[in-house]
Amino acid sequence: MFTLSDLVQPDNIDTAYQILSNKRNNTILGGCAFLKMGAKRIGTAIDLTNLNLSYIKETDGFIEIGGMTSLRELETHTLLKECFAGVLPKSVRNIIGVQFRNSVTVGASVYAKYGFSDLITALLALDTQVELYKGGRMPLVDFLNSPKGKDILVRLWIKMDNCKAVYLNLRNSASDYSVLNVAVCRLDEQWTIVVGARPRRAAIASKASAVLSQGKQSASEIEDVAQKVSEELSFGTNMRGTANYRKALCKVLVKRAITEVQACKSH
Amino acid sequence: MQITLTINNKVHTWNVEKDEFLADTLRAHGLLSVKKACESSCCGLCTVWVEYKPVLACTILSVRVHGKAVTTIEGVPTEAEEFARVLTAEGAEQCGFCSPGFIMNVLAMKKELINPSEEEIIHYLTGNLCRCTGYMGQLRAVKTYLGVAQV
Repeated sequence: MFTLSDLVQPDNIDTAYQILSNKRNNTILGGCAFLKMGAKRIGTAIDLTNLNLSYIKETDGFIEIGGMTSLRELETHTLLKECFAGVLPKSVRNIIGVQFRNSVTVGASVYAKYGFSDLITALLALDTQVELYKGGRMPLVDFLNSPKGKDILVRLWIKMDNCKAVYLNLRNSASDYSVLNVAVCRLDEQWTIVVGARPRRAAIASKASAVLSQGKQSASEIEDVAQKVSEELSFGTNMRGTANYRKALCKVLVKRAITEVQACKSH
Repeated sequence: MQITLTINNKVHTWNVEKDEFLADTLRAHGLLSVKKACESSCCGLCTVWVEYKPVLACTILSVRVHGKAVTTIEGVPTEAEEFARVLTAEGAEQCGFCSPGFIMNVLAMKKELINPSEEEIIHYLTGNLCRCTGYMGQLRAVKTYLGVAQV
């Protein structure tokens, strides 16, 4: 269990950032679910509840998602069910239970760059940008590859394009962490294949995605691309599965996800 | 820190530690239906409603419910008894340790979902674990209670 010396609920984000920067062990609170599993000694905990960052809305051709939005709001929001073949609600709907998803936040899930994240895998397949208070707006892939710093994830921006995306995973039991998860997205003739919970954090299989985009996506090409994804990305072993098991699983889930995207209807 | 909150339609002002969780605060004030079991936010035993949405009281810091409405099973005795009678009639109740949290989530589901399918019921209740039963009796009871077809 974590401990904290002080807790503040600032009314503006600048104050929140100043307090965060003041001391090394000052920490932003998300839903606290993962935090409470550890034994972190927090100096000042910063609760963003008063910053009105819990919302999902459409802004200038983007879906804007506030950092304090819960995963359950993400799961049940009408706009997100309709966009991108509903990939975002589908990616979070099996995380523990409804009560858990009512508490945990989008901002913490993304900012923490968890390897096991289901949400990051789906977001990475879409045209997603992260807006940090100090670091500004950047593509999610750049954020994931950047060194860990101290900042506040204010909101996500997802381009409202006409892409179709599918999210698949394998869990050893319902509501457990994914052994492996996969998201595949098609925008016109451009395909993006993402694999997460490897158990390292989600990554785009760029070479395999390019091969898929250049071809005709025939059954044999899909088979070949699924093999290429499993060779392009690295896999590791943890209590949920071995690297070899994940590699084998990757081929199956990628092939299945591509086929499901092909079957998605235009909207 | 001092917080003011509405528990089961009654306003309270309590002193809480900054790193105190809602489940501990509620139990310290006699609301003993709220149980803790897993320590990993996945068993659902501590389910209460905050602003009428089901949440895990073991995972929410008490300071975060300042100014909010919290409902425990003590606050919905009529609905809880109605469902509990169906549950026992189906033989689904064994040790009863998980029942308060489970019942609070079933009541929340009843408010949120209209005529849910079996798949939707199971999905909504996945976050409530029971180590005595195989869930089938509970599923039958939930379907009877909601008035949806038994398949």
